[in-house]
Amino acid sequence: MFGILGKSLGTGVVTENYPATPPEISAHARGKPEIDWANWKDARPAAAICPTGAISHQDANGQRVAKIDLASCIFCGLCAEVDKAIRMTNVCECAARRREDLAASATYSLKTDGSHERMVSSPAPQRSNASTLQRNEPLERLGRQIKERANKMFGRSLHIREVDAGSCNGCEIEIVNLNSPIYDIERFGVHFVASPRHADLLLVTGPVTRNMELALRKTYDAMPAPRLVVAVGACGCSGGIFGVNYATRGGVDSIVPVDIYIPGCPPNPHALLHGILLAMGRIPKK
Amino acid sequence: MNVSTELLPILTGLQKRFRNRLDAVHSPRANEIYVHAKMDLVAGFTAHLCRKWQARLVNLFADDARATDGAFHLYYVFALDAAHGFIILRAPVPPDKPEFASLTNAIPGVNWQEREVQDLFGLKLIGHPNPRRCALHDDWPEVHPLRKDFDLRTQLPPFQGERHKFRPVEGEGVFQVPVGPVHAGVIEPGHFLFSVAGEPVLYLQLRLAYVHKGTEKLFENLPVQHCVRLAESISGDSAFAHATAFCHAIERAASVEAPPRAKYLRSICLELERLYNHIGDIGAICTDVAFATVNMHCMRLKERVLRVNELLSGNRLLRGMACPGGVRFDFDADQLKALSQLIVELRPEFDSVVGLIEKSSSTLDRLERTGVLKPQVALDLGVVGIAGRASGFDHDLRRDFPHAAYDQLKVTVPVYQVGDVEHRMQVRIDEVRESFSLIEQLVAKLPDGPVRMEIGELPAGATALGYVEGWRGEIFHWIRSAPGNRLARCKVKDPSLQNWPALSEAILGNIIPDFPVVNKSFNLSYSGTDR
Repeated sequence: MFGILGKSLGTGVVTENYPATPPEISAHARGKPEIDWANWKDARPAAAICPTGAISHQDANGQRVAKIDLASCIFCGLCAEVDKAIRMTNVCECAARRREDLAASATYSLKTDGSHERMVSSPAPQRSNASTLQRNEPLERLGRQIKERANKMFGRSLHIREVDAGSCNGCEIEIVNLNSPIYDIERFGVHFVASPRHADLLLVTGPVTRNMELALRKTYDAMPAPRLVVAVGACGCSGGIFGVNYATRGGVDSIVPVDIYIPGCPPNPHALLHGILLAMGRIPKK
Repeated sequence: MNVSTELLPILTGLQKRFRNRLDAVHSPRANEIYVHAKMDLVAGFTAHLCRKWQARLVNLFADDARATDGAFHLYYVFALDAAHGFIILRAPVPPDKPEFASLTNAIPGVNWQEREVQDLFGLKLIGHPNPRRCALHDDWPEVHPLRKDFDLRTQLPPFQGERHKFRPVEGEGVFQVPVGPVHAGVIEPGHFLFSVAGEPVLYLQLRLAYVHKGTEKLFENLPVQHCVRLAESISGDSAFAHATAFCHAIERAASVEAPPRAKYLRSICLELERLYNHIGDIGAICTDVAFATVNMHCMRLKERVLRVNELLSGNRLLRGMACPGGVRFDFDADQLKALSQLIVELRPEFDSVVGLIEKSSSTLDRLERTGVLKPQVALDLGVVGIAGRASGFDHDLRRDFPHAAYDQLKVTVPVYQVGDVEHRMQVRIDEVRESFSLIEQLVAKLPDGPVRMEIGELPAGATALGYVEGWRGEIFHWIRSAPGNRLARCKVKDPSLQNWPALSEAILGNIIPDFPVVNKSFNLSYSGTDR
């Protein structure tokens, strides 16, 4: 008894002050890739090496639309190894409210050898939620606002039900880590519950498998309204490397409506927290 | 022929015993011998190899080679632990008579694997005691996804009907408790049907395959360079081990060896994966018996390992690190220093947390004699890894089939006999301490040099077995290459597939409230099993 107490006192408080204090992420960490659109010489090598098709291109009439889709990006960094215009950042908080906000594309005119001549149209200016969030609306303030709204809405608490609809269990590892003393998600009044009947938010991982489709629908249907759905990880957002095949149905939004997409493979606990906080800010007003 | 000196007497013995009934023998690698024979020899060959040479049948799978050889092939992979080598028996199954004889009555450990072959290839099992569906749910139409004429993108109708016909358990006071597929905690999906009389469990039936994702079929449809990333997604908690087993198979097929430094870095990463999982599991086991404080400490320690993983490989779960021919990233002096520092700090912390468990008699009381897997049962079911070692099975690929840099180290393998939750936890505690020491040795002896060899295009038609002792147990990847740098087949064997049936045995006589802790003490991967 005294040993247990002594150990706890000796350890002290280890909980981070995220989001008030930005996360300390190693410079070696691979977060979302950044493309130098104006100086992108050729999208083909990166598209060829991308294992999930997150980088793709479509050529027509001597022009090319080159695209990056964070929803299926697994942050492997292979593209940055073959293409100088792509740089891996250590930014992991990329959650977005709309699937299309995770994608960006530019149009190039082509040389005869198929490389880019010049950029015809640039990607829409910073549609990504993550970046607008960081620029215009400091997370700290957002966190406070969200807390206020969640307090009003759910009596200071938000209950999450997690469903693995087909993941490899990598996302589950990081979701479990939200309950560690480092991240301690309960300090936001957020609590993981055992039943969808008690839940306000459904956290779903994995490409939805054919065998889990019904279980996911039933879990969703069992939740009282208002309810939120958060798709987690590259597989949850888009089907990831599995895509759609005889055994999988693709991303979570192919089965139930999704309110927030959290990319990553797996998204780290900061990215998950960021996404969940974002989702809470979207709770519909009565 | 290129055969290791330890396997040679066995091979000679086999050739003498079966003489002209062996159609062909070849050994692409010194510790990997292929024997071709007819289907009717399989049972006798297996019995002889297991009895005379204590072989273990570690992997059983099929391959659709109708296009090249006009037949399906069944492969039986035998591990000869003492001789540190594999003998792989290949038997043809003619397409006009698609059936094969079951070995399950003699070797219960192949029960699920045989049924998987039946489901995925449409080869009918003869003489299997329970030939019901296993890899596909009962409501699936008559499709056989791993046949070459089945397209990966085939659209199947949604679920309708019944997933699994459970066996009835009857009697006065007997009732059923269905659990899952969505569980109360943050874990993977699967369905458990408990039959109980009063509190004790009489019978537990498992219905898995909820997260079947067509992974093995997908391997055949992706270019080889993308397959490594897919291997990382077989079981997220073993991302590096699976990816490395896959790379090992590719390297063996291409006759390329990873450079020494890469092998050391692989071993370091494998040990880090072992560390974070074992520490997390020790905490989770304590949570399931209501000792949450220990879990909080364990999660704190696990987080430190994950952050070092990120510092070393760019990803907390070591994703993106593996590549055929070596590893993708070298560690510089600062990174190695952080790694050494981690071990220095973790060691006393871990000891003090284990001390909390050892001093808590109420915790130990819940763990001792709970979920006992008797050594004989474990042996019969071929249980491997942590669960095997807790039930008296003295084996570890790191020691018996040294891969990565394990031939440079002495790996001490903890073995316990009771097979209860406490021993499965004790194996983990011992292995965490062993990993600390292994990492220190690896860092101290780390050779200089490149960390990656180029692998050109794979020769078509090559077959190779890759193997890695993951934290959970032995992982095998077997590949057959196709023209154009593609794979004609990739068979993935996660230790979970082998160990799941043992859970049904270990829970007998225990009460349902103890199921979570028993389940956690095995901590099997659903995704790794279902693929």
